[in-house]
Amino acid sequence: MEIYIYDKTFEGFLSVVFYAFETKTTPFKIMQRGINQSMLFSKEIQIVTELEKSERVWNGLLKKINKKNADMIYRVFLSELPDVELLLLNYIQLVFSYKRSVFGDFGNPIVAEVHDIHKRVSREAEHTLMFVRFKKTADNIYFAPFEPKYNVLPISIKHFKDRFADQKWVIYDTIREYGYYYNLFDVQEIRFVDSNISRSGDIDKSILNTEELVFQDLWKNYFKSVSIKERSNKRLQMHNMPKRFWKHLTEMQ
Amino acid sequence: MNVEVFDKLNILANSAKYDVSCASSGTKRSNTGNGIGNAAAWGICHSFTEDGRCVSLLKVMLTNYCIYDCAYCTSRRSNDIPRATFSVNELVNLTIGFYRRNYIEGLFLSSGVIRNPDYTMEQLVGVAKELRTQHRYNGYIHLKAIPGASNEQIKQAGLYADRLSVNMEIPTEPNLKMLAPEKDHQSIISPMGIIGAGIIENKYERKINIKAPKFTPAGQSTQLIIGATNDTDKSILDLSANLYTGQNLKRVYYSGYLPINTKDTRLPAIKEPPLKRENRLYQADWLFRFYHFSMEEIVSDSHPNLDLEIDPKLGYALRNPWLFPIDVNKADYEMILRIPGVGVKSAQKIIMARTYRRLNFQHLKKMGVVLKRAKYFISCNELPTPTINELKPENVRKILLEPTPKKLKVAGDGYMQLSLW
Repeated sequence: MEIYIYDKTFEGFLSVVFYAFETKTTPFKIMQRGINQSMLFSKEIQIVTELEKSERVWNGLLKKINKKNADMIYRVFLSELPDVELLLLNYIQLVFSYKRSVFGDFGNPIVAEVHDIHKRVSREAEHTLMFVRFKKTADNIYFAPFEPKYNVLPISIKHFKDRFADQKWVIYDTIREYGYYYNLFDVQEIRFVDSNISRSGDIDKSILNTEELVFQDLWKNYFKSVSIKERSNKRLQMHNMPKRFWKHLTEMQ
Repeated sequence: MNVEVFDKLNILANSAKYDVSCASSGTKRSNTGNGIGNAAAWGICHSFTEDGRCVSLLKVMLTNYCIYDCAYCTSRRSNDIPRATFSVNELVNLTIGFYRRNYIEGLFLSSGVIRNPDYTMEQLVGVAKELRTQHRYNGYIHLKAIPGASNEQIKQAGLYADRLSVNMEIPTEPNLKMLAPEKDHQSIISPMGIIGAGIIENKYERKINIKAPKFTPAGQSTQLIIGATNDTDKSILDLSANLYTGQNLKRVYYSGYLPINTKDTRLPAIKEPPLKRENRLYQADWLFRFYHFSMEEIVSDSHPNLDLEIDPKLGYALRNPWLFPIDVNKADYEMILRIPGVGVKSAQKIIMARTYRRLNFQHLKKMGVVLKRAKYFISCNELPTPTINELKPENVRKILLEPTPKKLKVAGDGYMQLSLW
């Protein structure tokens, strides 16, 4: 029983795929490096990330399926669900074994599961566009801490870059402790040194822009006044706006 | 922003909230490069109020002063409520301040009628123009077209707004005359016609010159109040069908009447708004627009009102048992869409998946098709199961009406915009 160990990056995963195809093997498990979980009776194989190999796998995929379907593999990878790597390896094996694109074969359990996870990841990316709330700081940076269930910031930031092109902003994933900073020109990946901010996303009121609290109050005020009492339906509210987002939602404070 | 703005926002959001339209979809506007914002084609909800409805736009009135006295409207001149008027500057600052914080997709601006309709329209256009030209704002703008405004003003509005809407409110003319003697259907249909013609004209224009400015790119919508008058679902849905096909409307919204005017005996005394009926009307509307149903198949003279207990597609199936069971491995797309419980997405999946293999119940379940209702109306690659023909429609109805725990109450259009089934 073989276990492949890789570095958790998508390129690393594609190198894993390359290795599996090259050696014509399918591992029992694909695991991240550094997670200490040795298993009895299994053989660990360290897979080194090699961009050239990952690129060959990616280009090979693009010959079998279109760009949108290939991107689906990346998005499913971002779910970080247990054993998603093995599922994706199985899926990619299907991609290469089919004469036509596997995309529509919903009757195949592997294809169905990939579609299902993809739906969940896409929904979470949508949640980012919906529920990110920026706070304006004294140095005119709009800051938003966020806690997505899946690692969806990489696929969400383009939207923010297009929309808020004329303001500096930071969107920070406090679960995975990294974020993106847009400086009016391009978007950079960042990490806060202060581990407290990095984990909580709380910034001190003293560094907020003077008008920030006024806008927060106006928004809360507005939010309250548009609700129609006679139609109250809190379950529907909770269904549409799950509680796990409330922590960073200005109007729910 | 001063204290006054807080009060104004309170008053003018309160008056605007009865307009149920919340869509911010149907338009794709790119950022001009160095301006603020863009509009996503699919529309984004940013929050949900305690009534479960989506908040996508800053929905306010420019003013809630009004020269009219329509019985069903909270801003009617005889109503004793606080009144306020926003300045252009206040509205612009609010919109942009909210937008930059990702609270909203844009502005929905409506108004009471002050001085005269044309003057009112001019004020609304002024705000949109200021946002677009002075502040390079590319977010969503929805403006109310005021019945009675000049063609010129309405055409101006279409150049700055993504969507325009004229609210029909009362579905039939005699009832409108009764509740709003100062209005008539013609004055509402007429601006719709101008907007509709403008949209068609603009399409041709843009074919010749791609740089020609867009006119109302997200189209127009309207709202009908449900339950304030004795109009049947059939007369409401026939009107909707006419508006969709005749006036090319993008959306008709249905708003359950809220008892906001309890003193007026022309209006019914109800305790709760007819939310279930509103929900059924939306479902019927969906059947018409996305499921290739005709209105006669949904409501007719023999059953002019929708069944409140079951959704209209299930109702149709129970009235037409001879069409079933539908073979999911052979039937065409149109027929698969008619299976109760099967939505557009599931239907498309079935069509795709069956080109790979013959589908059975297990496959359907795995791909996310909800079988609770569907199983009585389909056959697939499996031993036959009892369907509507063996069980008889009245029994299928009984089985499906048995209460299930944890049923989510879905009201009106507050549910996510695409998944009504």
